[in-house]
Amino acid sequence: MSFFEVQNVSKSYAAHRALTDVSLNIEQGQVFGLLGPNGAGKTTLIRIINQITAPDSGKVFFDGRPLRANDIYQIGYLPEERGLYKKMKVGEQALYLAQLKGLSRRDALKKLKYWFEKFEIQAWWDKKLQELSKGMQQKVQFICTVLHDPKLLIFDEPFSGFDPINANLLKQEILNLRENGATIIFSTHNMSSVEEICDHIALINKSKKILDGNIFDVKAQYKTETFDVVYKGDFRNMDKVLGTDFKILNHTEREHFNEVTIKHLNGTSNNDLLMKIAPLAEIVSFSERIPSMNEVFIRVVEENNQ
Amino acid sequence: MNKIFIIIKREYLTRVTKKSFLLLTLLTPLLFAGIMFLPGYLATRENKEEHKVAVLDRSTLFLGELEDSKSTKFHFIPEEEFENVKNSIGSNEFYALLDIPQSIVSTNRVVVYSNKQINLDVKNHIDWQLEHKLENQKRAELVSRLGVPDLEDQLESTKTRITVDTLKLTEDGAGKKGSTEIAMGIGYAAGFLIYIFVFMYGGMVMRGVSEEKQNRIVEVIISSAKPVQLMLGKIIGLAAVGLTQFLIWVILMAGIFIGAKSMFVSDEALQQMAESQSVMVQSNPMASEMMSNFEPNEFEKIIAEIEGINFPQIIGMFLIFFILGYLLYSSLMAAIAAAVDTEEDMNQFMLPVTIPLIAAIIILANVIKNPEGQLAFWASHIPFTSPIIMMVRIPFGVPWYELVISVAILAASTFGAIWVAAKIYRTGILMYGKKPSWKEIGKWLTYKS
Repeated sequence: MSFFEVQNVSKSYAAHRALTDVSLNIEQGQVFGLLGPNGAGKTTLIRIINQITAPDSGKVFFDGRPLRANDIYQIGYLPEERGLYKKMKVGEQALYLAQLKGLSRRDALKKLKYWFEKFEIQAWWDKKLQELSKGMQQKVQFICTVLHDPKLLIFDEPFSGFDPINANLLKQEILNLRENGATIIFSTHNMSSVEEICDHIALINKSKKILDGNIFDVKAQYKTETFDVVYKGDFRNMDKVLGTDFKILNHTEREHFNEVTIKHLNGTSNNDLLMKIAPLAEIVSFSERIPSMNEVFIRVVEENNQ
Repeated sequence: MNKIFIIIKREYLTRVTKKSFLLLTLLTPLLFAGIMFLPGYLATRENKEEHKVAVLDRSTLFLGELEDSKSTKFHFIPEEEFENVKNSIGSNEFYALLDIPQSIVSTNRVVVYSNKQINLDVKNHIDWQLEHKLENQKRAELVSRLGVPDLEDQLESTKTRITVDTLKLTEDGAGKKGSTEIAMGIGYAAGFLIYIFVFMYGGMVMRGVSEEKQNRIVEVIISSAKPVQLMLGKIIGLAAVGLTQFLIWVILMAGIFIGAKSMFVSDEALQQMAESQSVMVQSNPMASEMMSNFEPNEFEKIIAEIEGINFPQIIGMFLIFFILGYLLYSSLMAAIAAAVDTEEDMNQFMLPVTIPLIAAIIILANVIKNPEGQLAFWASHIPFTSPIIMMVRIPFGVPWYELVISVAILAASTFGAIWVAAKIYRTGILMYGKKPSWKEIGKWLTYKS
């Protein structure tokens, strides 16, 4: 059994179906990307995991047993829309949230000291939250999310509002957390960050899960069998040489070398292609086009919507 | 539950440690005391100022007879000086000029000249002195004309003054000193205080919930605590703030009351009273009996009556009605604040909740005049008005079974309101976007958690 499992969960609000028979298996130590267009049902699923709402049907398992009320102490959640008390001092506020997560005041103080030193923000302790910039507030919120050493972390758009330097810092921290054994559910619309940190993704559209798998498998699944070849030499009658097994999508001639984009047809292999080109031209580079997560996302969702 | 306690603690401490809370809590009773005591204090101050009044006595009936008071000194002038004094009144030593005509016995009229309206003290003193002297002279004349022995004493003995002592009958049949005016004052103050407390602290709950929703704080907290815990923690925490404020006020008021009592009643006033009493007793032995029955100082009388009020009962009932009334209204206000996104929507939904509160204040004026009437009875049993109206009635005396019924109805309604509010809050606090209709809010009540 996986570390965290969602089994056939459905949920509807009045006339609106938020989740239809969704199942997820999240392994320990994974960074699990939860993707989907706005309004697909991601937030509802996250709320079910956090036990903010209960599913109409289906089950949720944590660490091999049904999810219990006390498990919220093992979960850290950074919501997409997040805020803190503007007029409360940063330190007091962090202590308050830590105590709500079951930490004693002493433990909370100790851990907060560690994190505040790590992020070099000790000077903020006695400042009111409203005196901080948005990025600074996000940092405080991040600390509050991870402070109680949760086994499962849920980050919903964690990088919004961060400058590139701080976003990178945060990314490193998230990867550190994984190194230390935490399991992470990562929800975002930023597909490049998904490629950077996710091991596994699930895509939800219109309340249903439409894609689930290891990030490489998913991308491989949506490969278009297209190759970019850069070569030197004259190769004007290329289409004749390649024949009907290949299709030339694009052919550009430059000063020193030429570029051609070729699509395999009829299940031909890479070697077949190389063998056809090699006798006639000097190959500078040969690369397969792997779709980006962005392309996969758009393609899968659009196909699903048709 | 530990988590509710953490939430209560935050709500309580963030407010009680604010400077504005301390300032408001300390200044309000001072302001109140000021409004109560300032007029009296100023009146005693003003008396110390001396006003010289020039008197031209054309009738020659009062020459040297008019007695000075603390604030009014009479100075007789000859007729030659009259025009002179009259023309320079205000700029000379005289405050006013009293012209007593020859015909005063038949006309009962005098004229006072001054350059500005003379104050009431001086006018009353002139009035009283002239009346008193004329009356005495007329009476003396009559007594000597009729020649009846001891007539003067007999006439004196016909003077009557009635004091109405209001005694409330208690269960054991013993009479208890009461005062309609004081009961009205306390009833009004208690009812109004509940109104202000409910509005003020209910408003704080509302703004707090609204802040948490609009700043999305609730999204962060909701994964640690249940919505109902968050709502109840806020409501209870703010109730504790209100009770703290009330407690500080009770202590301050008691302090001010004791201070005022020793300041205004004990030394000077008591001494004066004793003096005037002994003088009158000497001059007229029959007055002594009368004096012992009637309290000469209004202020002391008020203090005695305040001391006769059953404060433990009033404060106890105040706490019960405040807590229940506050819970009733603030839970509904919390639900509304959770259900809507914007200030404008909130005001619209808040109207039905505030109407009964405002109605109670309107009814209050009527109830205070007739605390036993039909309106008073019903308004003090209907849960939305009962916290205010029952408090108005209590100082007049309310049968215990009515109190029990009223509290029971209020408590049951409050529990119902909290239950409904918790359901609305739970769903509403995480809903953003369009304004919900009453129908939708109704549907939320049936949602499973």
